[in-house]
Amino acid sequence: MLSSPTVRTSLIFLAIALVGLLFADIAITASNPWRDLGNFFLGVITPNFFSSEGLMTALLRTVAFAFVGVALGSVCGFLLALVYKSLPVRIFSAFVRAIHELFWALIFLQFFGFHPLTGVLAIAIPYAGIFAKVYSEILEEADPEPGRVLPPGTGNITAFLYTRIPDCWVKMRTYTSYRLECGLRSSAILGFVGLPTLGFYLEASFSQGLYSDAGAMLILFYVLIATMPFWVRPKLLPVYVLGAPFFLGEGLPIVWGNVERFFTEDIVPAPLRNGEGLTGLMPWLNDLMINEAMPGIWNTIVLTQIALVATGILSLLAFPLISNHFGGPLRRNAGHVALVIARSTPEYILAYILLQLWGPSMLPAVVALALHNGGIIGHLIGRQTNSIKLRADAATGFNRYSWELVPRVYRSFLAFLFYRWEIIMRETAILGILGIYTLGFYVDSAIQNIRFDRAMVLILVTALLNIGVDTLGRYIRRKLALQTMPTC
Amino acid sequence: MSGFDLSGLTASFSGKRVIGPLSLNVNPGDRIALVGKSGAGKSTLIRLIHERVDRASSLIPQDLGLVNALSVFHNVFMGQLDKHSTWYNTITLARPFAKDRSEVHSLLQSLGMTEKLWTPTASLSGGQRQRVAIARALYRNAPVLLADEPVSALDGPMANSVMTHLRDRFSTSIIALHDVELALSYCTRIVGIHDGQIALDRPSEKLAASDIMSLY
Repeated sequence: MLSSPTVRTSLIFLAIALVGLLFADIAITASNPWRDLGNFFLGVITPNFFSSEGLMTALLRTVAFAFVGVALGSVCGFLLALVYKSLPVRIFSAFVRAIHELFWALIFLQFFGFHPLTGVLAIAIPYAGIFAKVYSEILEEADPEPGRVLPPGTGNITAFLYTRIPDCWVKMRTYTSYRLECGLRSSAILGFVGLPTLGFYLEASFSQGLYSDAGAMLILFYVLIATMPFWVRPKLLPVYVLGAPFFLGEGLPIVWGNVERFFTEDIVPAPLRNGEGLTGLMPWLNDLMINEAMPGIWNTIVLTQIALVATGILSLLAFPLISNHFGGPLRRNAGHVALVIARSTPEYILAYILLQLWGPSMLPAVVALALHNGGIIGHLIGRQTNSIKLRADAATGFNRYSWELVPRVYRSFLAFLFYRWEIIMRETAILGILGIYTLGFYVDSAIQNIRFDRAMVLILVTALLNIGVDTLGRYIRRKLALQTMPTC
Repeated sequence: MSGFDLSGLTASFSGKRVIGPLSLNVNPGDRIALVGKSGAGKSTLIRLIHERVDRASSLIPQDLGLVNALSVFHNVFMGQLDKHSTWYNTITLARPFAKDRSEVHSLLQSLGMTEKLWTPTASLSGGQRQRVAIARALYRNAPVLLADEPVSALDGPMANSVMTHLRDRFSTSIIALHDVELALSYCTRIVGIHDGQIALDRPSEKLAASDIMSLY
């Protein structure tokens, strides 16, 4: 078994994570974590839907930001996908999607302020980069044969509309609706930086210890996502997309002077701004790299690797919950609910909650990342096992799990895991805003100290790190010949 | 143009020559059947000829080239996309014009599948899909037909009826056929392919089924 490249790769990653644990700051620092956790769960089972009139508005704003952001992102992404062959377009798309929505929001907040445009662009820009990549992959997979039998002289647009779009339509629609679900999560967490969506009210309730209010908010959010198939209908989509811009709220007006100052002064590295020239720039950059970027990168990588392996272990433990190959409809229904909750809760919200309960360390982040991503992969693998036909006399129980199912799904499991590697790293970096010393922490501190020049360099470093991991992940998937689909 | 000289036709697959070099002279009015073992290079030859006479030919490739998500009507209509403007084609995609509908409808009537006009081709059977590709070629109405096993999935009577249609509509045709009987009854000239070369080229009235069997 050790000679199998997939097993060897898994063991190497496991070893890296174990070594990482030696360096990681894993602890529960809260004085009474279990009581707090108990209070929180008590809040979730005794939700209070009527305490604040802000709740419904927050829900509405969350949906509105998601629709406008995702719609804008998908249109721009589609246009980019048409010219995705060009290298500059690829690099541009990779770059904008390597920067997390919250980072984009933090950037736009500095010059657009609390204007709705901040939230819309924070979702639309990274999503455009993602859509560009996935749409172009889908378009590339279209059957080329119909294009070959077209009468010569057929116009390019006609050919595209008749031979490419119909073949890709279903996949593009499925992917876009999946992205809309992601958009709802993104929109919710934008509240944590002050936009009027769910995260804002969640943070407010938590800081006042109003767990029943927070519980109500989470439950409404799950209901919103779980009922998507019922209220997101093709016929209603134009209504939503055209109506959503009117529900983004007023926000605060844009002060154009701030916009100009941001680009001409704030983000110009301090030494250049003060006229010290290149001689001043090097020490400045050196200081930034050694004191902030390096520790940030180190912690981000350590946390990512631990969270990646934890995600993998959790996925493998979770998939039997929804697999048809093990007994009982009761277990399966409960399993479905558990996995829906795990994957619908944004990592950021999970980490925020756990951090409030357990105190600051890497542990809440690892658990949050593993729960969310493990829920997603567990769900996909579980569904995959349901299409496997076992022979009638196949082993049962744990033997069925370890001999029949895991070997069959292990390759796609690894494919999903390596696909999510980059996503986990992007989230790890952003969790720094909550006070874990990953790159996001240093970005957030720089912004708090009104040193946008440093923040921009650190965001750039984060983006490059993500692009690096994405490339490495793709290399490993290619090396191991792992296939994956983009919707995970 | 309905007759043409094809010379120096060659094709290689991963360094190995699978066709030619060979020459084929096609006269106006020729109905050529390409016969030979599977793997002899018939499909490749059809593809090569199509590259040479592109504009003037209606093509039925072996894998049909249907857009599975589109309806039968749209797949057939694709045969004349070059005859309309982009906006006309785009509107047709959403809502076809009555004139085109009735034209395609009557064409499909002759192939016995009108009830499927608005069904996506993905949900059709193999024989039905083949007839959609044939209808597209008929609708295209080019002077030359290039077809690769156009009736392989059709039963006897249907195969004969389709071959009759193709013979009536196209004065010049090159059809790869594995069915020797069909080749002899619907084509005027039999070209036998063996190892990527022409091993036989004679009018069909001078041939019997047994002469062709030597190629297999």
